[in-house]
Amino acid sequence: MTSTSDKLTVRVWRGAADGEFRAYDVPRLPSQTVLDVVTHIQRAIDPNLSYRFACRVGMCGSCAMSVNGVARWTCRTHVDKVVDGNGELELGPLRNLPVIKDLVCDMRSFFDKWASARGYFHPTRNRTDDLERISPTSRARKRADAGVECIGCGVCYSSCDVVSWRPDYLGPAALNRAWTLINDVRDGGRAERIAAVAGDSGCHACHTHISCTERCPKGISPTASIAGLKRATALAALKGEL
Amino acid sequence: MNKAWRSRNHPAYWAFIVHRLSGLLLVLFLPFHFWALGRALHGAAAMDGFLRWTDQPLVKFAELGLVVLLGAHFTGGVRLLMLEFLDWREWQKALLAVATVVTVAIGIVFLVHVA
Ligand code: HEM
Ligand code: SF4
Ligand code: SF4
Ligand code: FES
Repeated sequence: MTSTSDKLTVRVWRGAADGEFRAYDVPRLPSQTVLDVVTHIQRAIDPNLSYRFACRVGMCGSCAMSVNGVARWTCRTHVDKVVDGNGELELGPLRNLPVIKDLVCDMRSFFDKWASARGYFHPTRNRTDDLERISPTSRARKRADAGVECIGCGVCYSSCDVVSWRPDYLGPAALNRAWTLINDVRDGGRAERIAAVAGDSGCHACHTHISCTERCPKGISPTASIAGLKRATALAALKGEL
Repeated sequence: MNKAWRSRNHPAYWAFIVHRLSGLLLVLFLPFHFWALGRALHGAAAMDGFLRWTDQPLVKFAELGLVVLLGAHFTGGVRLLMLEFLDWREWQKALLAVATVVTVAIGIVFLVHVA
């Protein structure tokens, strides 16, 4: 560290929805991640601080928080990239989800919506059948591939204003999952899934703000997947299948 | 929470703000537009009087604003329809820039030919 200070002023949300930000001084280190900062506070300053993490390498999707107002995975977000010029860092729970305590949200509504969007595989074969052969260059396979690396972190959901405006909106992650399954030729639940995402709280509620795509740490574009669902549901309606 | 607005600071979100504001302002303008067209029904004199009124610089300036508003809303709307109804491709990221350029061009054409 040269000109930047060797100290971070970290304001952390404490308590549930009616909580407040509390300030902590944390030593600034090279290659420090935001998750390192939170861990330092809990281990060295305030053991009562609640937060979630597991893998620390961007795979499990449990460490997302609001970092200076923007939802991010904290284990792979370097402090240098997000800290304000004055060394200030503001850490809060994700938006659009009920706060349980400090940096921990209740993720139930987020995952329940995956189920509502029929975001689960509907098998059509059993173990005695042959494996399905899917060309890696087929259009459906490419479309599924584009969205399949989602880690369920909730960053997109937390960044989407439509979720704030109408809490029953299924949201970008659940709809992205539905789109990958619609493009999975092995799946047998297409008709039900199209019906599940075609309603008022489904894909047509999206206003293409692209905040989800802007923020997804895995580089997925839920907006593109939702656009695919908009076309698929419109086509199904035209064919009288809905 | 304090800094939550930062999350919205990206081009596509600004495009949404422009689209909503221009849409609402056009809604306000539309009744006035029909009223103006209705002047023609009151005969040539009434219409001419109205057209003279529109020759004032301030009114011309307001007209420029309206044309740009409609241009922004139209190009932004076409951009959205393309994003949603064509297969997603990399080049579509440039649509926002195209929409902006076309909007400015519409404004300039209006300035040169009408004002
Ligand atoms: C000229 C051709 C036009 C096109 C291509 C167009 C396109 C669109 C599209 C695609 C949307 C949906 C935006 C979204 O999903 O959030 C929209 C919204 C809207 N439009 Fe237009 N529009 C046009 C003209 C107009 C006019 C003349 C008016 C006003 C009289 C108007 C008023 C609005 C309003 C108030 C909204 C809602 C804004 C929002 O939800 O954010 N539009 N338009
Ligand atoms: S593109 Fe749709 S789902 Fe994504 S943030 Fe915008 S409104 Fe929400
Ligand atoms: S789509 Fe991206 S931001 Fe959304 S839950 Fe999946 S990985 Fe996270
Ligand atoms: S701790 Fe697993 S993704 Fe961050």
